[in-house]
Amino acid sequence: MVNNFDIKVNDYMIEMQNVKKTYPNGVTALNGIDINIDAGEFVYLVGQSGAGKSTFTKLIFREEVASSGEIRVNGEDLIKMKWRQVPFLRRSIGVVYQDFKLLPKMTVFENVAFALEVVEESPKHIRKRVMDVLDQVGLKNKARFIPDELSGGEQQRVAIARAIANYPKLLIADEPTGNLDPDTSWGIMKLLEEINATGTTIIMATHSKEIVNTVRRRVIAIEGGLVVRDQQRGEYGYEA
Amino acid sequence: MRLRTVKRHFREGLKNSWRNSWMTLASIAAVTTTLILVGTFIALLMNINHIAQSIEEDVEIKVYIDLTATEESIDELGERISTITNVQNVTFSSRDDELQNLISSMGEQGSVWDTFMQDNPLLDAYVVEAINPQDTMEIAAEIEDFNGVDYVNYGQEVVEALFAFNNFARNIGLILIAALLFTAIFLISNTIKITIFARRKEIEIMKLVGATNWFIRWPFFVEGLLLGVLGSIIPIALLAAIYNFLIGSAAINQFDFIQILPFNPFIWQLGGLILLIGAGIGVWGSVMSVRKFLKV
Ligand SMILES: Nc1ncnc2c1ncn2[C@@H]1O[C@H](COP(=O)(O)OP(=O)(O)OP(=O)(O)O)[C@@H](O)[C@H]1O
Ligand SMILES: [Mg+2]
Repeated sequence: MVNNFDIKVNDYMIEMQNVKKTYPNGVTALNGIDINIDAGEFVYLVGQSGAGKSTFTKLIFREEVASSGEIRVNGEDLIKMKWRQVPFLRRSIGVVYQDFKLLPKMTVFENVAFALEVVEESPKHIRKRVMDVLDQVGLKNKARFIPDELSGGEQQRVAIARAIANYPKLLIADEPTGNLDPDTSWGIMKLLEEINATGTTIIMATHSKEIVNTVRRRVIAIEGGLVVRDQQRGEYGYEA
Repeated sequence: MRLRTVKRHFREGLKNSWRNSWMTLASIAAVTTTLILVGTFIALLMNINHIAQSIEEDVEIKVYIDLTATEESIDELGERISTITNVQNVTFSSRDDELQNLISSMGEQGSVWDTFMQDNPLLDAYVVEAINPQDTMEIAAEIEDFNGVDYVNYGQEVVEALFAFNNFARNIGLILIAALLFTAIFLISNTIKITIFARRKEIEIMKLVGATNWFIRWPFFVEGLLLGVLGSIIPIALLAAIYNFLIGSAAINQFDFIQILPFNPFIWQLGGLILLIGAGIGVWGSVMSVRKFLKV
C-alpha cells in the first residue's frame, strides 16, 4: 500500500495563487498573480515602471499584505500568518534595496552586526559572522569605515552582507544596481551569483537589459499587475 | 529576554535620551513640576482625610429618652438600638452622668449648674456609635422614630459639613491630579515621538531584518521610565523637606485637636507613590507614542 502522506506536497520556495493587491488609495498593483519559484532559483522580475515589481517583492516578506489569493513562502502561509510571526519570517529572508538603507552614523561592521543583534545572537558569534560576511563581499578591510566613506558599489555590498548575515534561504533584491554604474553593477551581479551558488534563492527586480540579457536566468515579466511572460533563461524584452 | 538584551535596551534608551538632551531636560522639568503639584495635593488630601477621620471617630449619637418612659421601656429601647445594623456599641448614660459631664466640660463656669444638682433638668440618654461614621445620619434618623425617644442629637451641622468638605476636597483633588498627570503623559509622549522620529530609519531597518515589535519598543519604554523617575527625584526631596519643616513648626502644633500625619512613615509612602506615578506616566507616555509608530 502506498503511503500518500509521505509525498511532500510543497517543495517551492514561493507559491502564489491568484494574488491580488489593491492599495488603500484604490490602486490595484497586482491583479491575479500565479507563480511558483523553486528553492535555489535565480529569478529576474522585469516590467515597466509601476508594473508591480516592488509590490510583488513586498508581499513576500510581508511588508504588504495581499488583498486576496494565496501566498506561501518556504511552506509558510502568509495569508494566515499573524503579525507577531512576521519578524520570524523576515529572519529567513534577506532584503536589498536600490538605496542601500544603511545607517549613516554606524560603521560598516555595526551596520551588519545590527541585523544579528536584533535577532539576539551572542556578541562572540556576531563578531565572527560579521567578519565572515564582510570577507565574502570583499570589504573585510573596510569594517571601520562609515557608509559615507564608501563608494556606491561598496555600500551595496555592505547591504548585501547585512542581508545574508543571518543565513537567509531567500534573498530579495529590488533594483540592487539601480544606482550603480555598469562596471560596479557587474561586481554586484557576480556577488549575487556567488550567493545563489550556495543554494540561496534570489529574486531580483531590475531595469537592466544588459544584465538580464547577459546573465541568463529565469525571467518573470509583469505588466499591469499580471505575469505576461515566464521564461527560463529569458531575455529582458523591453527597450531599455 | 536575555540579560544582554536587557542591557542593550537600557543602553539604547539612555542613548536616546542623551541624543535629545534638550527635549529630555524639558520633559523632566515638566514631570518635576507636575509631580510637585500632584505630590502636594496628595499630601493635603491624605492629611485632610486623616484629620476628618479622627474627628469622625469621635462622632456619636445621643438618644435622649422620654421623661415618661418606664424602666422597662428604656431597656427595650436599648435592645432595639443595639440590633440596628452598623451600630457598634450602645451605652447608657443616666441624667446624673449627663449633668456631671456637662459640668466638667464647662470647667470654671460649670459651677453655676451646681444649683441644678437637686432638680436635674436633663434627660437619660443612650450614647450610640456607628461602625462606619458615614452611617451616623441614617442611624440617627431610624432611632428618632423609636418609642420612648424624646430627641436625637449628633451635632448634625458639624458632621454634615465635615463629610461634605471631605468629599469635596477629595473630588477636586482627584480631578486636578488627573488633569496634571494627563498633561505630563502628553509631554512625555511628545518627547518620545521626537526620539522615535529621529530613529525611524533605524526602526525601518530593524523591522526589515526581523526585529520583533517588543525589541523595538523596549528602549523607548526605558526612555519614558527614565524621564518619569528622574522627574520624581526633586519633588520627593522637596516635599520631604517642606513636610519636615511643617511638622516641627509651631503654627501646626498650636491646635492639639488637629494632628497631621507623622513624618515617618507618611513621607516614605508619599515618596514611593510619587516615584510610582512618575514611572507610570513615563511608561504610559511612551506606550502612547510607540503604539502609533509600530503599526506594521
Ligand atoms: N504604498 C503604496 N500606496 C499606494 N499605491 C502604491 C504604493 N506602492 C505602490 N503603489 C502603486 O502600485 C503600482 C505598482 O507599484 P510598484 O512600486 O510595485 O511598481 P514597480 O514595478 O516596482 O515600479 P518601478 O519599476 O518604478 O520601481 C503603482 O501604480 C504605484 O503607484
Ligand atoms: Mg519598484
